[in-house]
Amino acid sequence: MKVRFSLNGEPCEAEAPPTRTLLDWLRETRGLTGTKEGCNEGDCGACTVMVTDESGARALNACILFLPQIEGAAIRTVEGLSGPDGQMHPVQREMITHHGSQCGFCTPGIAVSLAVAHLNGRRDHDAVLSGNLCRCTGYAPIVRAAEAAEEAEVPDWMRDAPVGGEARHGGATEPGREGGIGRGTDWGEAAPALGTGASDEGDPGEASGGYRPRSADELAGWYLRHPDAVLVGGATDVGLWVTKGLRDLGTVAFLNGCADLARIEEVPGGLRFGAGVTMTRVMEALAAPLPSYAAMIARYGSVQVRNAATIGGNIANGSPIGDNPPALIALGATLHLRRGDEMRDLAIEDFFLDYGRQDRREGEFVTGVTVPVEAPTFRVWKISKRFDQDISAVCGAFLLDLRGAGGADNLRDPREGGDPPLIAGARVAFGGMAGVPKRAAAVEAALAGQPFTRATMAAAAARLGEDFTPMSDMRASAAYRLEAAAGLLTRYHADLTGAETDVRRITA
Amino acid sequence: MTALKPLPHDSAPLHVTGRAPYVDDIPLPANALHLAFGLSPVAKGRIATIDIAAARAAPGVVAVWTAEDLPRRIDVSPGAHDEPLLAEGEVHYAGQAVFLVIAESHLAARKAARLGKVEYEEGTPILSVEEALAANSRFEDGPRIWQKGEAAAAIAAAPHRLSGSIEIGGQEHFYLEGQAALAHPEEGGGARVTCSTQHPTEIQHKVADALAVPMAQVRVETRRMGGGFGGKESQGNALAVACALVANAFGRPAKMRYDRDDDMVITGKRHDFRVDYEVGFDEAGRVRGIDFTHYARCGWSMDLSLPVADRAMLHADNAYHLPAVRITSHRLRTNTCSATAFRGFGGPQGVLGIERVMDGIAHALDMDPVEVRRVNYYADARLPGAPPEAGRSPEYLGQDKGAGTGQRFAGALAGAGKRFGADHSPPAPMAEAQTTPYGMEVTDFLLNAMTRRLLESSDYAARRAAIADWNAESDVLKRGIAFSPVKFGISFTLTHLNQAGALVHVYQDGSIHLNHGGTEMGQGLNQKVAQVAATVFGVDPAQVRITATDTGKVPNTSATAASSGSDLNGMAAKAACETIRDRMADCLAGLHQAKPSDVVFEGGAVRIGGESLTFNRAATLAYENRVSLSATGYYRTPDLSWDRIAGRGRPFYYFAHGCAVTEVAIDTLTGENRILRTDILHDVGASLNPALDIGQIEGGYVQGAGWLTTEELVWDDRGRLRTHAPSTYKIPACSDRPGIFNVALWDGENAADTVYRSKAVGEPPFMLGISAFLALGDACAACGPHYPALDAPATAERVLAAVKRARG
Repeated sequence: MKVRFSLNGEPCEAEAPPTRTLLDWLRETRGLTGTKEGCNEGDCGACTVMVTDESGARALNACILFLPQIEGAAIRTVEGLSGPDGQMHPVQREMITHHGSQCGFCTPGIAVSLAVAHLNGRRDHDAVLSGNLCRCTGYAPIVRAAEAAEEAEVPDWMRDAPVGGEARHGGATEPGREGGIGRGTDWGEAAPALGTGASDEGDPGEASGGYRPRSADELAGWYLRHPDAVLVGGATDVGLWVTKGLRDLGTVAFLNGCADLARIEEVPGGLRFGAGVTMTRVMEALAAPLPSYAAMIARYGSVQVRNAATIGGNIANGSPIGDNPPALIALGATLHLRRGDEMRDLAIEDFFLDYGRQDRREGEFVTGVTVPVEAPTFRVWKISKRFDQDISAVCGAFLLDLRGAGGADNLRDPREGGDPPLIAGARVAFGGMAGVPKRAAAVEAALAGQPFTRATMAAAAARLGEDFTPMSDMRASAAYRLEAAAGLLTRYHADLTGAETDVRRITA
Repeated sequence: MTALKPLPHDSAPLHVTGRAPYVDDIPLPANALHLAFGLSPVAKGRIATIDIAAARAAPGVVAVWTAEDLPRRIDVSPGAHDEPLLAEGEVHYAGQAVFLVIAESHLAARKAARLGKVEYEEGTPILSVEEALAANSRFEDGPRIWQKGEAAAAIAAAPHRLSGSIEIGGQEHFYLEGQAALAHPEEGGGARVTCSTQHPTEIQHKVADALAVPMAQVRVETRRMGGGFGGKESQGNALAVACALVANAFGRPAKMRYDRDDDMVITGKRHDFRVDYEVGFDEAGRVRGIDFTHYARCGWSMDLSLPVADRAMLHADNAYHLPAVRITSHRLRTNTCSATAFRGFGGPQGVLGIERVMDGIAHALDMDPVEVRRVNYYADARLPGAPPEAGRSPEYLGQDKGAGTGQRFAGALAGAGKRFGADHSPPAPMAEAQTTPYGMEVTDFLLNAMTRRLLESSDYAARRAAIADWNAESDVLKRGIAFSPVKFGISFTLTHLNQAGALVHVYQDGSIHLNHGGTEMGQGLNQKVAQVAATVFGVDPAQVRITATDTGKVPNTSATAASSGSDLNGMAAKAACETIRDRMADCLAGLHQAKPSDVVFEGGAVRIGGESLTFNRAATLAYENRVSLSATGYYRTPDLSWDRIAGRGRPFYYFAHGCAVTEVAIDTLTGENRILRTDILHDVGASLNPALDIGQIEGGYVQGAGWLTTEELVWDDRGRLRTHAPSTYKIPACSDRPGIFNVALWDGENAADTVYRSKAVGEPPFMLGISAFLALGDACAACGPHYPALDAPATAERVLAAVKRARG
């Protein structure tokens, strides 16, 4: 498979099997060894590279980035952070000044993450570095370096233009905004090297092992003929099948060229997310209407993972510990599926049938999800060993319909007295508690019709054992999962009645 | 003095531009071979059959070796000869290497390693402390016991008694660069090995043994490691030996690097411990007698477990004078990976044991835990001639841009100033010498004064009161605050390791080529030693060329470990430089009819009487006058004597000290927790490089806090490690560091005659992370009347359990 992109400012073409990772290609084919392999699964960030397309520049993990995913983009590695005459990037200079490197192995990835954030005007350094592990420094000197570089001008050479698009002027996207690959643009058009999937070309996927459709229509027809193919969204999960499972994926379709799957549309009462929308963009879109959901996504993977991972991929893989499904179930989201020309809508909670089994027919794929966003009493929290870049032991999502005594708009500290509102209805869903993400029917029943008090929440929590028989694993014991789930029910009441419940919001 | 400047790491410009090469970055000839091990999935068993036909037939595979294919019995242990390179009939842990794939590429080797079909007659593995005790599965004949005084009688006679137990988890090193080695065949047999190791001489030794050649035919080179932390002291042997054997057999270069998951499954980790204790104490909280029992889970082979367990015993007192003490240490053999060296080398487990006791006493007496610690401290060194705590004004080293970063100071929290200089007489002997449990007099203790200063600078008392008020009002969240000290013994406890060599050349143009036996793993050792060399010659450190550690240049080196790197190698390099400098001085004095002692090397110049010439010109002159400008230097630590069986003697040259105050918050509903603020005051003597030293303190603290909070190793009931990747094993991320993080250096000189009166810094600050763990316990204790008895690591799950215990 031939892939065209630019590398550190120079046009470049790679001929490689479709599941060749960018990291291996950089190190083994191009001898660019500044980009390091630390874990080969997207968790440590030592392989971080900058990828620019029409939607802007973002940090991605090269170790789980397949070459066809960067078709038409501009890649900048640590070797490309310095200027043409060897002048250092401001973040490189400040990293030296502030003693930000010790062993130096994570440093290239950290320099790239900081340089991308610097280009995009971001100053939330902890979030920027959530996907870059350092074992030596304790991070403080790295953050000092990032702060010191904030005011420095963005070097000209950092403003990459994707191969497929116009040169970008002004460079930076809005602060804090980083789009996903293929965001609303059809840069496959300018990248004719790949099979396009048009029917008169036959089945390109069979010949090369990799297919890159440009639209859901193209994908739908092709997938009917190749129902055993692997669909790759952001490859944050499928990537590990290759790098850790050492699997041969057979026929693969890379969906990031499908512009129509990467749209976010406003619909009455909600937002419709295309399956290919990255988690970074989901987080941005939900920040205003559903801040609790956005805050949870801020703990979903890392910057690099959220920049690649798609909401469709997170739903379709059916993991019992995916973080979107509990939230979407509690919100009553609608899943959109397509098989050939046949479209189907489904309440998302009905999609997850059993562990590893979803209500998805042969040749059918997820095209998107519609999320109701008018839900001021919605809350979702994940519990894991580490705040950033960890997988949930438990993820709990709660949406209570509070009526009377002012309803949800007039919740008061219970210590101030007064009648609590009534719980007219409850949608409670958990991940990590069963083989699928699912609603807690007994808990919901115990809540419905009751006054919204801590005692009610405790009584409902006592029924979690009827809904779930969680397992013990390396993330948590079964007993803890039940206790933490109960704790989240109490937290819901405390949070809505004004108590501080987030250890991340208080300072010394 | 050049030696004291806060210069950046010498490789920093290479690090940030991606131009610092590690083993895996070295370009290979096209014919290079790549290796991968096939691993046992079972923890204990006998190999019934091995079918490697499919692996041999896989694309790109050149050969597959089992133990039978090796030229001789190949051992890769650091000393006990109990680690065959490939399993010989039996397997002892899940992750043990059973066969070796030799292939044309790394990926081909990894893929083929999964194709070997090995059948096992599975036995019942010994996994836990309890199972090992029941089976009497241990190293050494029985437990090692050291005592001072009559602990049992002292405990029985004390007004108060307390007993308890703490579980202390292990720790994965998670060096960012995995284990890696590369071997080239050498003419006439032997090998040239480039590898990521803290111990090139041991690699040389093991490779020579494996190839059955003298050590002189093996050369090992290490330029830098992408992190070590003890994990590259012995754990790289297998890779280097495998590469050397393959390189010799095929006449081709061979490289091996572990995939991250393989690395975590195969290699050893910090020992997990259980520490049981019984203590007798008085109304003031003073310990009268104490009895510790350490249970160390050592894994399947001995590795470095005996000295690790020894060091846990050696630090069972931490900073406290224990009048009567008994320490029993069980070194248990289990069917798990062989636990190995990790920063602190058992010390942290020993320290945590007694810190738990101090907290328990404070809870029992309802005292401030700091007061209990202070009444138990050793007495500070007597410091004649200097007014107490007359410090210098602060020298600001770091920026302070609001939350998130905190500050760095050198000398800000000054002690008594430079009191220990060679001109002073030694401290007067104590009225009654206080001794450690192993009978060593503590004459250089600093923590009384340091504690006073840190409590003041961190505003401990006021914050403790404010936290109590806050907790009374806060329902869901609770805060906690804790202080913890560390006194850490510096020297290898295997006395003969306390030696080092260096090789220095001055070229005729005045440039200086420096080599020593230490290895660079990120700690900045090379920069420190270069600063020492530059100081001797009076030149800019940039004039000193730092080169890779090379067994062909400096022989018989010790591992870069035990925090000893700059103490030992700095002194050796200083000796070598002084030899050359003195020869130059003799020569120049002769030319100028002056005395050699009147020749001064300073500021890049050499002054003789009224004349001055550049150092470079002086080197040229010396060369032209036929002066040898190359010298070796050698150092051995004085005043050590140690009997590890009796547990008596003077195992340490001196002690390094530090203390920390940490504030945390917990969520009582889920156990989630955060570190909010940390203040550290640490003693590095007269710092060789304050910037690098503070870097070690910041990094060591966060690594220590990670050990005791999020870093949890989980094995299943068949002995398989379930946390073998960063997706499941969680080292601290950026946002986990303390929200406010203030680090200051105690302004003093080492009482011992070390290189420019500096102190070792690698390991001691790791133990300051204990203050975070104690603060979490303090927050749990705010939830109820009972002692929460938090176990480590304090994951959200364990914090929640402790909250429940506190509530009763």
